[in-house]
Amino acid sequence: MRFKDFDTISMKDFSRDMIDHILDTADKLEPIAKNEEKSDILNGKILAVLFFEPSTRTRMSFETAIKRLNGDVLSLGAVDASSITKGENLADTIRVIEGYADGIILRHPKEGSAKMAAEMTSTPVINAGDGAGHHPTQTFLDLYTMRRESRLEGVKIAIAGDLKYGRTVHSLCYALSHYNADITLVSPKELRMPREIIRDLKNRGIEVKQTDSMEDAIQDVDVLYVTRIQKERFPDPAEYQRVSTSLQITTELLKNANPDLKIMHPLPRVNEIDSGVDFTSHACYFKQSFYGVPVRMALLSLIMGCIE
Amino acid sequence: MTIENSNEKHEIRVQPIENGTVIDHITAGQALNVLKIIGKPGTSEGIMSVLINAPSSHGKKDVIKIEGREINAQEFDKIALIAPNATINIIRNFKVASKKQVQIPEHIEGVVKCVNPNCITNSNEPIKSNFTVNNENRYVFLRCDYCERIISENIADNLL
Ligand SMILES: Nc1ncnc2c1ncn2[C@@H]1O[C@H](COP(=O)(O)OP(=O)(O)O)[C@@H](O)[C@H]1O
Ligand SMILES: [Mg+2]
Ligand SMILES: [Zn+2]
Repeated sequence: MRFKDFDTISMKDFSRDMIDHILDTADKLEPIAKNEEKSDILNGKILAVLFFEPSTRTRMSFETAIKRLNGDVLSLGAVDASSITKGENLADTIRVIEGYADGIILRHPKEGSAKMAAEMTSTPVINAGDGAGHHPTQTFLDLYTMRRESRLEGVKIAIAGDLKYGRTVHSLCYALSHYNADITLVSPKELRMPREIIRDLKNRGIEVKQTDSMEDAIQDVDVLYVTRIQKERFPDPAEYQRVSTSLQITTELLKNANPDLKIMHPLPRVNEIDSGVDFTSHACYFKQSFYGVPVRMALLSLIMGCIE
Repeated sequence: MTIENSNEKHEIRVQPIENGTVIDHITAGQALNVLKIIGKPGTSEGIMSVLINAPSSHGKKDVIKIEGREINAQEFDKIALIAPNATINIIRNFKVASKKQVQIPEHIEGVVKCVNPNCITNSNEPIKSNFTVNNENRYVFLRCDYCERIISENIADNLL
């Protein structure tokens, strides 16, 4: 497996072996992520963190990952990015930044932007979200969380919320197709997963089940993966209220759940998960968010060629 | 003027052409879309005639005859996307000099515009649209290489 200078654009670019290797590496680096051990793995490497859209979690966890490994961050936040580029197109910006950094971590509002960026430079590009497109590092951390906190191979998972536009969910389903997952999709019909994606999954040997009942879906699963439902998707606010309430996770709903059920959420949440759930053994979303650090450490170290 | 090598003599409703192209077996109803591809202003000076809903052995078809111009490979590819059963007959000296079935290309660049307004190919960037062509039993659909959006029914409306 050669990771050095690999572009991380879409989960579809990663084989099962590659994903496993990233997760294994993350395991080894976890003590460094927790600051229990020191490391110089990324010493001498400069990573440009180029965000054209606001983000806290993804950007901070990338920056933490780099700093824990003693690499350098060249950070342009959303505001800086727009003033630095002053109407310059992305292709030009990338060709400028490649002269400053050993790797480019990109968040951009247009779908396909990361793929184009990678074509413009030989410096490795990591897609940290391209519009409604891909967000592969989120998927790596989701998989890592399942492996650490529940199980990944053969996991029974219910995925709930906005399955139509939610980019994390599509990548996640593709990745889970490598692990013989048993997937149930929970969403109102307005927000069902697009037909093409269901068909792609079928071609990869994964038959997903669909339901709009949260209660049915969580009966017998290892993991419940909840995503945010955006108000803007609903022309009628009353409709939004109805749908978001029907999918809300409360301690009441979890009374009869499998005691080992783990609940994940890519965060930020609005009101999909009642705060009472935070104190149950089911809540896994804050750990999940921390796991973004070791997973991004692993990916960066491999791509920079600093570890094998 | 009779046309020796035609077994559909009685169906010819237009003047025979001396040199040019006959695009035959166009999916009925698609002739005007094919014209969008080959009829760009300045590409042909000669007469073009269009038959819509002409009878054929398998129902209806459209036919286009172009005087004085042999169409090129790029046009071939585009036509294949919207009329996958078309045949291209090159006419020289009133005779069919060559006959080719259009080939659906596996990949197209700069031919069709992505329908996703938020696709990077629809912004101020120095890249062309790129699509991978999927062809399931002559049901043709395109998948954008950048944003993965699918175009199926309305390919003709998005030709560049
Ligand atoms: N000189 C010509 N002028 C106009 N149309 C022609 C000419 N020669 C052939 N065609 C048309 O081109 C198509 C292909 O011709 P041909 O190979 O003879 O028929 P087919 O493909 O039906 O066996 C037919 O639609 C025919 O009417
Ligand atoms: Mg014929
Ligand atoms: Zn596109």
